[in-house]
Amino acid sequence: MKTALKFWPDSASSVSGQVNFFFVLMVVLCTSIAVAIAFFLIYSTLRYHRKHDNEMGRPTRYRIPVEVAWTVIPFFFFMGMFAWGSKLYFDIERPPDNAIKMYAIGQQWMWELQHPEGPREINELHIPVGRPVQLSLISQDVIHSFFVPAFRTKQDVLPGRYTTTWFKATVPGKYHLFCAEYCGAKHSGMIGWIYAMDPQDYQRWLTEGAAEGSFSSQGEKFFHQFGCANCHHFERQGRAPYLKDLYGRRVEIEGGQTVVADENYIRESILNPNAKIVYGFQPNVMPNFTGQLTEDQVLALISYVKALGPEPGSQQPSSSGTAPKEYGQEKGIAGPGATSISGSHPQER
Amino acid sequence: MIEEATEQSVRETYLNKEQGILSWLLTTDHKRIGILYTISITFFFFLGGFFALLMRLELIDPRNWLVSAETYNKLFTMHGIIMVWFFLIPSIPNTLGNFVLPMALGAKDLAFPKLNLASWYVFMLGAAVTIFALFRGGVDTGWTFYTPFSTTYSTTYVTAATVGVFINGFSSIMTGLNFIATVHRMRAPGLTWYKLPIFVWSHYATSIIFVLATPVLATTLLMVAVERIFQVGIFDPRLGGDPVLFQHMFWFYSHPAVYIMVLPAMAVVSEIIPAFSRKPLFGYKAVAYSSIAIATIGFLVWGHHMFVAGISAYSAMSFSILSYFVAVPSAIKVFNWTATVYRGAVSWDTPMLYAIGFVGLFTIGGMTGLFLAALGLDVHLTDTYFVIAHFHYIMVGGTVMAYLGGVHYWWPKISGKLYPEGLARLSAVTIFLGFNLTFFPQFVLGYLGMPRRYAAYPEEFQFLNILSTAGASILGVGYVMPLFYLLWSWKYGKEAGPNPWRATGLEWQTSSPPPKHNFEETPIITTSLPYPYEEMKEELGLVQTR
Amino acid sequence: MSKLDEAFEVKPPEVLELREQFATPDQQRQTAMVGIWIFLITEVLLFGALFTAFTVYRLSDPQGFDLGSKDMDTVLGSVNTAVLICSSFTMALSVYFAELGKRKSLALFLILTMLIGTAFLAIKFTEYHSHWVDHKVPGLWFEDHSPHAAKIEMFFVFYFIMTGLHALHMTIGLGVLTVLLFRTAIGSITAEYHTPIEVGGLYWHFIDIVWIYLYAIFYIPGIHLK
Repeated sequence: MKTALKFWPDSASSVSGQVNFFFVLMVVLCTSIAVAIAFFLIYSTLRYHRKHDNEMGRPTRYRIPVEVAWTVIPFFFFMGMFAWGSKLYFDIERPPDNAIKMYAIGQQWMWELQHPEGPREINELHIPVGRPVQLSLISQDVIHSFFVPAFRTKQDVLPGRYTTTWFKATVPGKYHLFCAEYCGAKHSGMIGWIYAMDPQDYQRWLTEGAAEGSFSSQGEKFFHQFGCANCHHFERQGRAPYLKDLYGRRVEIEGGQTVVADENYIRESILNPNAKIVYGFQPNVMPNFTGQLTEDQVLALISYVKALGPEPGSQQPSSSGTAPKEYGQEKGIAGPGATSISGSHPQER
Repeated sequence: MIEEATEQSVRETYLNKEQGILSWLLTTDHKRIGILYTISITFFFFLGGFFALLMRLELIDPRNWLVSAETYNKLFTMHGIIMVWFFLIPSIPNTLGNFVLPMALGAKDLAFPKLNLASWYVFMLGAAVTIFALFRGGVDTGWTFYTPFSTTYSTTYVTAATVGVFINGFSSIMTGLNFIATVHRMRAPGLTWYKLPIFVWSHYATSIIFVLATPVLATTLLMVAVERIFQVGIFDPRLGGDPVLFQHMFWFYSHPAVYIMVLPAMAVVSEIIPAFSRKPLFGYKAVAYSSIAIATIGFLVWGHHMFVAGISAYSAMSFSILSYFVAVPSAIKVFNWTATVYRGAVSWDTPMLYAIGFVGLFTIGGMTGLFLAALGLDVHLTDTYFVIAHFHYIMVGGTVMAYLGGVHYWWPKISGKLYPEGLARLSAVTIFLGFNLTFFPQFVLGYLGMPRRYAAYPEEFQFLNILSTAGASILGVGYVMPLFYLLWSWKYGKEAGPNPWRATGLEWQTSSPPPKHNFEETPIITTSLPYPYEEMKEELGLVQTR
Repeated sequence: MSKLDEAFEVKPPEVLELREQFATPDQQRQTAMVGIWIFLITEVLLFGALFTAFTVYRLSDPQGFDLGSKDMDTVLGSVNTAVLICSSFTMALSVYFAELGKRKSLALFLILTMLIGTAFLAIKFTEYHSHWVDHKVPGLWFEDHSPHAAKIEMFFVFYFIMTGLHALHMTIGLGVLTVLLFRTAIGSITAEYHTPIEVGGLYWHFIDIVWIYLYAIFYIPGIHLK
């Protein structure tokens, strides 16, 4: 047991300080009240201890103002805690626009982390200090949870749809990554490290590892390999809807609904195309790719579709991405990390 | 003044009126059924505790050393299932509630005595199926059975376990139904709602939760079992299902379930504190209404178990604010209990030790709930040891202490004997100290980031884990002691008499142990208040000295 | 002795089954009513959880669920609804005759209710069989090649669970009615004491109402697609 004893976690992200402050204040407040109650209680038992077995107590006259006071005062404290907690929550959950978009796939029992520039890591994630990093998360199998105590962030990783988490490292160092949702036999082994590096070191590390080309260019390879390009042409609309500028756009589908083409929509359109048919197109034309693609292949394709901005097919690093300007800022019903089944984001481009 | 229960010269009691094992197994007497339940839950407490002991031993060392990871996963699952459904939920209602409730109402029995007996058999049947799952190799899904792991990936006896819990749920529903009907229709003449002891109010509130929440658990587990057996994709995203829907349905029951665990504990404490302060409970109506408020608002907060599960921010905020609302009535109770002790004529008998301990530990546990209700903090703290410490403070520091306090308080009534006070105080203190050493370090571990359900962990967490295990061994010793001295006192203890504590409450107006039908004659209530110390002072032989 | 103890001491006539925990027959009857109503509330929650889950899935793809509903046999479903409503009528008449102490009519209408209830179950199983023949039984034999196959399968999962749970309740109801018939036959039901018939009647009506909601969510939505 020679490792240093730890009683306080590392604080290494832009929100860690705020979480620490709130936590410590809560500890101080709650301890004071608890001590006060304990003191009053113990004091009463000692001061008013029976001297003979047949003594009875003096009934305290019921005073409604007292009852009201100790109802209303705690209530106001609680509302303060609620408000502070909610504000902090929004800071934790809302990624800034300029975040580097990365992807993470959880599966029994490892993490696969994908940089947009191409490098892929297993159970480790290198990130630059001082820049926000946003992770789109999905599970290959059961529910996991992406937990970095030093950053004070946690997000469940679900099968079947993407959730989002983000963090901005402020202190270079090596920080625990834990799976925080029980996922089977080796749940306690599904751990790793986040390496927060000085920006120059990070750049050096990145270029050393980007052998395969950017993530979206890998996606472009799959786009051709799996035959998508045969129907989804670039010059004109064919049998299949046009994919240029798709990401973030509103799409009208058969049945009258309008949906926003976010990551979940694109994933569903690949794996279960008949679920939503674009208005004017036919069902049962696009093959169903369920079971034929792994989650990381799907993510690569999505990365490619995102990159289909002004010039289709060009290899663009998608760190800035083609995400709509307002992504992460809208005050709609669902913030990041939320459900995005059809029709839930009213977004403007 | 209550018309006199005639003095007993022929000591025929519920214990000796009929003899033989069949008279116990086929009894419809609520008191005997309460004892049957007590035997059952005591067994399950020690079984669940044994699993906890193995877990704590494993956690002394950061690596897997005592058991494999797979076995550890089964240990925490079985610990949870047994403790929640086969110990905590029935712990006070089906033992002390069964025994005391009809007596507190001046009734001869519950409304439906045969239903009461049936509920015990249903409980035992559920237990048998769950034990079967245990012996065949156990379950490893966690007591929370999250999908799709439980429906599609786990290779253990999930279906058997869910069926066992499903059956157990019907025992809860039957009990709740019985209690509600009894409180409504079986009160003695003159016993209006606002003269009922808080023990009754709180059990009534608990029963509302029993009957409204448990059916939803039944349905949820039914769907899990169907999905497992028939491989249909109710919660499988590959087939259009939503695994988060399971969480909503599960927690819709399981959050109110924790109020099932704490309201009866509060019921017991609300009786002990006035009794050992020899004065009425301060703020009776506020405490009564608080019980109902906790039961009601408790149905609206389930999403606070799911803040990082992928629900929307606005949904999370709603559940957060409601969780703060539900904290208010509990705070009211704590203040009212404290005010009751003030200016009392206090004694440090064992039940009072447990009750005061409850107030302290429940306050800590409840306050850490405030931390978890704050969204920004919960992101960091959820699924860590902070949550484990939080709920153990309430369920063990709270409910188990209250249960033991109640057992000691009503022991003279149940057995007719006094337990040995010195030994009892020693075990209460041992339990209190052992408990805090076990669970307080876990708050620190939680903030440090140690996740739940980890069989192995990074080395820097080891010291706190060792402290926790040390505490657990002390706690274990504390729990075993009452088993011995209580049973000893049943045979060799001093005679208790009808009212050794000089408490108010109808159950103390009859002999110890009571006759089979509780009262020689149906009591008629002529006092005007609950906890009528002033009105009954002569009868109880009490003197005001302050 | 107090008045109440006096009441308790009165030897009840043989047909008046006063249980010993009750002081008066009226208390016993009222308590039984409280009991059955609470039980029915638990049933509302039991089925309610399934209705809620169904609604959540329906909202995420109404079209798919409508297509599932299209495959239901509206004629048989409507006939079953009418059948069950008739059985509620005969059950209500049983209670009426029980209140009047007319044992023979009571027995007759209990038997009629049971027959009609059995007819319901027979029609239900005919429907199940036809679903089997059409390969629409998830988990056992389900085939569908339309675009919304997954959603249609989900529809049928809920259909079988919910109508199956309902059919189970009906079967238990038939058991309850058998017991009531037996007690009528041996003479323990009178005008003064017919609480078991009332309690059974309430249970039966509840099961009927649940069916009407099931009919509404499973059979009606797909009609416009036929």
